Amino acid sequence: MSVGLNESKVGPRGIRAFASTSGGRLVIAAVGLFLILSIVRVVTGANDLTSPGTVSATLRLSIPLLLAGLAGLWAERVGIVNIGIEGMMILGTWFGGFGAWKFGPWTGIVLGILGGAIGGLVHALATVRFNVDHVISGVAITLLAGGFTQFLSAIAFDGVPGGGVSKSPPQQGPIATLTMPVLAGGDLFGLGTPDVLGWLYRKDVPVLSDFAGILRGLLTEVSWATLVALALVPLTALVLWRTAFGLRLRSSGEAPAAAESLGVKVIRIRYQAMAISGGLAGFGGAFLAIVASSTYREGQTAGRGYIGLATMIFGNWRPTGLLGGATLFGFTDALQLLGSKSIPALFLFVAVLLVLVGAWQARRGRVLAAVGAFAAGMIFLVVYLTVDKIPTDLVTSTPYVVTLLVLLAASQRLRPPAHAGLPYRSGDNH
Amino acid sequence: MDRAALQRLGVTAASTVGAVLIAFALGGLLLWFTGHNPFSIYRQMLEYGTETPQLLDTAKRAGPLILSGCAVAIGFKMNLFNIGVEGQYRVAMLFAAVAGAAVNLPAPLHVAFVFLVAMVSGAAWAGVAAVLKVRRGVNEVISTIMLNAIAIGLTAWLYNTFFRFEKLDSAGRVSLDVKTKPLPTSAWLPDLIKGSSGRLSWYFVIALVVALLVWLLVFRSTFGFQLRSSGLNPVAAQTAGIDSKKMVLRAMLISGALSGLVGLQALLVDEHSFKPGLAVGLGFTGIAVALLGRNHPGGIVVAALLFGFLQASSGILQIQDVPKSIVDIIQGIVVLTVVIVNEAVGRWLDKRTARGTSSAIRSGEVLV
Repeated sequence: MSVGLNESKVGPRGIRAFASTSGGRLVIAAVGLFLILSIVRVVTGANDLTSPGTVSATLRLSIPLLLAGLAGLWAERVGIVNIGIEGMMILGTWFGGFGAWKFGPWTGIVLGILGGAIGGLVHALATVRFNVDHVISGVAITLLAGGFTQFLSAIAFDGVPGGGVSKSPPQQGPIATLTMPVLAGGDLFGLGTPDVLGWLYRKDVPVLSDFAGILRGLLTEVSWATLVALALVPLTALVLWRTAFGLRLRSSGEAPAAAESLGVKVIRIRYQAMAISGGLAGFGGAFLAIVASSTYREGQTAGRGYIGLATMIFGNWRPTGLLGGATLFGFTDALQLLGSKSIPALFLFVAVLLVLVGAWQARRGRVLAAVGAFAAGMIFLVVYLTVDKIPTDLVTSTPYVVTLLVLLAASQRLRPPAHAGLPYRSGDNH
Repeated sequence: MDRAALQRLGVTAASTVGAVLIAFALGGLLLWFTGHNPFSIYRQMLEYGTETPQLLDTAKRAGPLILSGCAVAIGFKMNLFNIGVEGQYRVAMLFAAVAGAAVNLPAPLHVAFVFLVAMVSGAAWAGVAAVLKVRRGVNEVISTIMLNAIAIGLTAWLYNTFFRFEKLDSAGRVSLDVKTKPLPTSAWLPDLIKGSSGRLSWYFVIALVVALLVWLLVFRSTFGFQLRSSGLNPVAAQTAGIDSKKMVLRAMLISGALSGLVGLQALLVDEHSFKPGLAVGLGFTGIAVALLGRNHPGGIVVAALLFGFLQASSGILQIQDVPKSIVDIIQGIVVLTVVIVNEAVGRWLDKRTARGTSSAIRSGEVLV
């Protein structure tokens, strides 16, 4: 009898233990979001929501934001605010486009990374050596990068067939892509394999087909550059949180004077981190010019450096959160490519989500928050029922609005590095 | 002015001029690398730029930069970084264009009405960032960057949904050049100088007057004193009874109101109606102007004229097959060199003062 009772308690306790870890909470949240998305898809018939096409567009558009966010993360973790990510990305698009045109796509990526790293080092020189205000230096670098790439384009691309003052000639070829064998129908040793997920997706079974569609989008024609970029997330987490170098780096972002007194070479580590930060931003830019497009165009970054900054804030200065932010903001970017049915369906999705948040807040006794969430949910429901076409002008602003809302609602729970953006001179006692 | 203040002014002016010269030297280096003779190109820019039409163009281009620089400087004086001038004047331009076209007033009143609408809407957009900072502690740099991007989306949406004015051309077709409803002539700013060699509107004079008012406000009023002391030492200011939250709110609102005026030259002098993409980038250049002018209205006017001159005289570059963007590069480098030289000279001055004090103590001139 008692044994049976104990056994019956194992289940809930196991789930509760699982839910108390941050990874577990993430998984539960992801499964919950996915179920709601699937139900909304079935109810509205907006099949684009979970189609492989949408998912692969989201993936493609998330990567530059992810890299820009990582650039911000590395910079702020070492104590330097990097408003110049946009400028470093601009350098990355130009050098990436130039390299891909002259030498080939991978050389382009490398040149883009180097171009961005130079921008990062200029930022480090100004902020670390000359103690310039970080925001001013960042703004200056963005202004400078815009003028500098225009200048270079006029020299390198103007008059070349297919090129011009604001665009590079067509590139040599794209970066190879990978399609998963068996699951998504990729080739294995030159032989065709079945497309299991594609078959499942076409069966149109609720939940199951949605899952297959999303997975297939993630496994079909993925550029190797995307895989490299994705690998940088766990790599960043590993280096920053599991190595001595990472500990030193983060300590010089939290308390540089204390770190220096313990023998950390704060100045040197700041240069190193800024080279990495600039390189990541440059990679993001090169990705835009080489993978997301096939030529360099002026203005290709279109403010993505700033969205990268937003991604970093949304992710609370952590790699996993950053991945979530990049996915969300990449999805809003991909929305413009979606069919007209999908966007209203998303409003229903948000409405359901807000009502659930309201219910959760009500259970925790927060009346005001619950009422607010319910009211917002109702507004979204009304919009879903009345509006049939959402203008893209407003959709493009979503990442920025979301970031402001996060700052507004959760500013107490955000934890930026303590010393980010403050002036520091070696030997100072703060 | 006492001797020490004069000395300080001299050092400031000399170091700023030095920083500008360094920027020109770096730009010249770039020209030299790309196979041009920098001396001959700079000389040609100087010769071309000092002809009457280009000088008038210089003043015209300086007008919005003066206002944009003043808007940024008011924030800086209180340690607030208003990167949002760009978004604030974008919102202000749209509302000023729409409100101005909707009413009919006699000429001077109509212009004043448009100015008022622009200032109020600029201040309102800046007010969002101010409230976020005061109520929730959101850093104004981040919030104004986000608000810039939102302003672009919002104005484009409002314009496309409500305010597009489809004009028919002579053949009865819808013109491709779609804008908002044009402002009646009573809302246009008249020309100050109109001749065969170019024109300059009253906007430039208004910008100068506003710069003077900003100087009076910041350096000669109680409010300005409170503003500067909150910026220099917020804790001491708070102890002296200056409510820092109220100061943040006021400084940001004034900065936003000034930002609202930045786009009015394009609106009331050039285009007479709004369309997305009209007069872009003046907010970011304003940051450079404010830094170069050391956040002082007088310095800002000089800096804006320098930038205006660079842009006006860049016309000659294309004839010489030099990319025009060399001017943008010089402007960008100026920002960095000015702040770097400023920092270095400031440290040198501090050291010098400290040395002077310690030698005075040693020689017994001062008693500790």
